[in-house]
Amino acid sequence: MAEINRGNVPTVIADDVHIVYRVNTGSSGKGSATAALSKIMRRGKGDAPGVRRVHAVRGVSFTAYRGEAIGVIGSNGSGKSTLLRAIAGLLPCESGKVYTDGQPSLLGVNAALMNDLTGERNVVLGGLAMGMSREQIRERYEDIVDFSGINDKGDFISLPMRTYSSGMAARLRFSIAAAKDHDVLMIDEALATGDRKFQVRSEERIRELRKHAGTVFLVSHNNKSIRDTCSRVLWLEKGELLMDGPTEEVVSAYEKATSA
Amino acid sequence: MITGRAPQARCHLLPHLEDGKFQLVSDTTQDGALATSKPPSEDAGLAPAELARKYGLSVSGARPTLVEYVRQLWDRRHFIMAFSRAKLMAQYSEARLGQIWQVATPLLNALVYYLIFGLIMNAGRGMEKGVYIPFLVTGIFVFTFTQSSLMAGVRAIPGNLGLVRALHFPRASLPISFSMQQLQQLLYSMIVVVVVTVGFGNYPRLSWLLVIPTLALQFVFNTGLALVFGRMGSKTPDLAQLMPFITRTWMYASGVMFSISGALEDRHVPAWVTDVLQWNPAAIYMDLVRFALIDDYGRENLPPHVWAFAVGWAVVIGLGGFVYFWKAEERYGRG
Repeated sequence: MAEINRGNVPTVIADDVHIVYRVNTGSSGKGSATAALSKIMRRGKGDAPGVRRVHAVRGVSFTAYRGEAIGVIGSNGSGKSTLLRAIAGLLPCESGKVYTDGQPSLLGVNAALMNDLTGERNVVLGGLAMGMSREQIRERYEDIVDFSGINDKGDFISLPMRTYSSGMAARLRFSIAAAKDHDVLMIDEALATGDRKFQVRSEERIRELRKHAGTVFLVSHNNKSIRDTCSRVLWLEKGELLMDGPTEEVVSAYEKATSA
Repeated sequence: MITGRAPQARCHLLPHLEDGKFQLVSDTTQDGALATSKPPSEDAGLAPAELARKYGLSVSGARPTLVEYVRQLWDRRHFIMAFSRAKLMAQYSEARLGQIWQVATPLLNALVYYLIFGLIMNAGRGMEKGVYIPFLVTGIFVFTFTQSSLMAGVRAIPGNLGLVRALHFPRASLPISFSMQQLQQLLYSMIVVVVVTVGFGNYPRLSWLLVIPTLALQFVFNTGLALVFGRMGSKTPDLAQLMPFITRTWMYASGVMFSISGALEDRHVPAWVTDVLQWNPAAIYMDLVRFALIDDYGRENLPPHVWAFAVGWAVVIGLGGFVYFWKAEERYGRG
């Protein structure tokens, strides 16, 4: 516990967070063209027909502290990724608030880099988008490429990203995002991709990031990687926070529930 | 299944509540109240908002002040430049001839327009070939500059949702970066313009320098337009389907392939109608570039107060668009 409690300084506070998606379903059944028209006319006055509300996160509250690595588990569609996006400030909350220390960064396997550009240019572009300076990127460029292991099988970094396998692309994205010291880093399923060798390396890197006084969130369906990297786990189900506690207890409860 | 287990888990967790670390929010309480235990530490009893204030935490995803927003944008200036250049390069990355298309595309465009409007329809009534062809080519490229900035603005947010949802940066970077891309595209096109202009006997002279302030003002105007439509397009992506019709109408009303004053000359319309048509921003910037480059396109082709309007449009749309875009900063990428 002592390791987790170090300093006891909160970095993320979620206060009764609700998130609602509004989805344009295109048509609302009968008379779709006129329905679509009336939808356009009625914009701004409540929810028009043809717009479905999806209540993805319902009243989640927790406090995360400096130095913690927090796993987020739950079945598909339980609101894990949505919650991380809200913490990152990328999705606005319907009600409730998220308070953060500094700017949290979200690292997802589908974070967009540009497929038509070479890996080389994507490293620079990704770094700049994260707010690194050109000098910082030049300094860390070698590390990023080495860490990603893209060049292990020949000079791939100077080829366009569209020629990469999905595992290679995911590895490069992770390497770029992990190159910066984040106050709060959120990782969405990143460890599920890549081969075993890369998984071990990224687990090491996550531990390193934790040491640099950050807080790490990890969304994963791989209970082993949660156990290996996290000290605390949030269990979400249907958008609600079911359990919040030490890894072993929550993960075994989760395993019992899912195998039953 | 799950709800049956939660109370058990809760009892299990209770010992840890003492050290102030863990709190359990249970969904099993019937009255809807949150079953949270306050840690007995020094922070005990602090509401989340108070705790956040104590440690200097800020609300995630809140809109910064306008000054702060400008500062953030300035910090990302390298990203804006790199992104626009990357987009420009990516355009032709699959073509064999690669970057040669940057110049070849506008050249072919000019040829097609010349074939249709110059040879078949003879739209240049009364204008000599030496004037009409540079007139037409200049008009097309200068209008395309505005048109494509606008279109790129509409798609700026919906077309980059992955980026918007994954990374945190001031969203205005995207529309600005796209109009920067169009500016670079225009500079390639200007190579064609210069070749055509010189080819028809208009040699470089001092007035050519006027092209620089004109295009700078047009760039500010375009960026403002891209920001306005960037916000509208993020809320209503359908605009991308609608805009081509609007820009085409705008193009025909702006005198890209004919002179507005020339076309209205024998229609007996009041002079102010001609002035109003010529004060439309696209027409203003086109006419100023033509005035600068073409020897025989003189002062009489420009509406009154032309520079005042050129500056006015840039300032009003540029600043207005920026503020309008910033007002919805926290809502981009939602849903």
